[in-house]
Amino acid sequence: MNTAVRRNWLLNGIAQVGECGLFFLEILIALPKSLRHSREICRQVWFVGAMSLVIVMTCGLFVGMVLALQLYYTLSIFGGTAALGTVVALSLFRELGPVVTALLFAGRAGTAVTAEIGLMRATDQIDAMEMMAVDPIAYVVAPRYLAGVIAMPLLMCLFNALGILGGHLVGVTWLGVDNGTFWGNMTSTVDLWKDIIDGVWKSLAFGAVVTLIAVYQGYNAPPTSEGVAYSTTRTVVFSAIVILAVDFVMTAFLT
Amino acid sequence: MNSRPSYAIGTGLFILLGFAALAYLATQTTSVANVHQGHSYLVKARFSNIGQLKERAPVKIAGVRVGSVQSIQLERGKMDALVTLAIDDKYNDIPDDSGAAIFTSGLLGDQYVGLQPGGSPENLKNGDEIVLTQSAMQLEDLIGKFLVNGGPKSSNSPGSSTSPKSASSGG
Repeated sequence: MNTAVRRNWLLNGIAQVGECGLFFLEILIALPKSLRHSREICRQVWFVGAMSLVIVMTCGLFVGMVLALQLYYTLSIFGGTAALGTVVALSLFRELGPVVTALLFAGRAGTAVTAEIGLMRATDQIDAMEMMAVDPIAYVVAPRYLAGVIAMPLLMCLFNALGILGGHLVGVTWLGVDNGTFWGNMTSTVDLWKDIIDGVWKSLAFGAVVTLIAVYQGYNAPPTSEGVAYSTTRTVVFSAIVILAVDFVMTAFLT
Repeated sequence: MNSRPSYAIGTGLFILLGFAALAYLATQTTSVANVHQGHSYLVKARFSNIGQLKERAPVKIAGVRVGSVQSIQLERGKMDALVTLAIDDKYNDIPDDSGAAIFTSGLLGDQYVGLQPGGSPENLKNGDEIVLTQSAMQLEDLIGKFLVNGGPKSSNSPGSSTSPKSASSGG
């Protein structure tokens, strides 16, 4: 990287966005070809999704519990603790579920994908594939991308389910909100399409964006150990920024 | 060893688990929810106005929860609300001349159905109807009455004698 490029960080950033978009197109083009590697996709769903279950489910439980605790305190000021179930469910479904899952996913799975592809690049495995006329985008990148997009909404659903259970645990079992009121107010307010399915759309979008950043950073990582470390860090930083920005835009459009 | 890789089962389980969570959210946290929980018997009650009463709201006697509201429908023809109460089986000794009223817990809290036990030797059974009912107290009506009665206190009586009548017939 020369000094002129470093000084022109704005142009550099725009160029990166453009490269990232082109890379996305390449992945889309390679996607039908990569469907033949269904076993590889399966393995990546296991690696990216199922291996993230523990962190996502634990965090979901605790987010639901702390949400119920905090909201109970606020709602009790107004004598509105009957709305606890509704508020916990709506905050989880509409915002916290998709966003926190995506942030955890970027930290747990995105970094792993970046480091793996980056090391493949650094150890010349990707060049070797090109030499053997194996398209590395179809064989390495696209299956990981597809797996990320598949895994994210499933992880978000599990996060939400555990969050509701955590909120129920704290709200009903510990703080003494009536069980029927908790569920009754929740079910009468939560809408399947407007709340739950909108969350799934959000989560799909986050999955697409986070995994794109992860595979792009890995594929273009400088082929040194320092470069791979740098790319892995950038995956997390960029993912966090983009998740929250996309979340704002999607919330504005969906509601 | 067969051709199935070891992670395939894990991946399948993960995907099934994810869809199970989605199904759980879709059925348990939205209004499609199944309301049957434990053994209970159903009792009907008609109200002319149920206020903000919701399905699955608690049914209480002397403040103790004995069941929940199972369904709320508008009864065609009579134009009043038909509320079905699911009362737990262990409370099977409620007199059949008991009354039902809709109360609010706290000033702005959730609403519930309160049963006032009568003195009949017969007990409520599945499918019975509670005849003595009292509708929800509407805060807006109360405020309206208060304003009508309390506002023109300094003026003469005709204004305050006609308005409460129209307010009470409306409620």
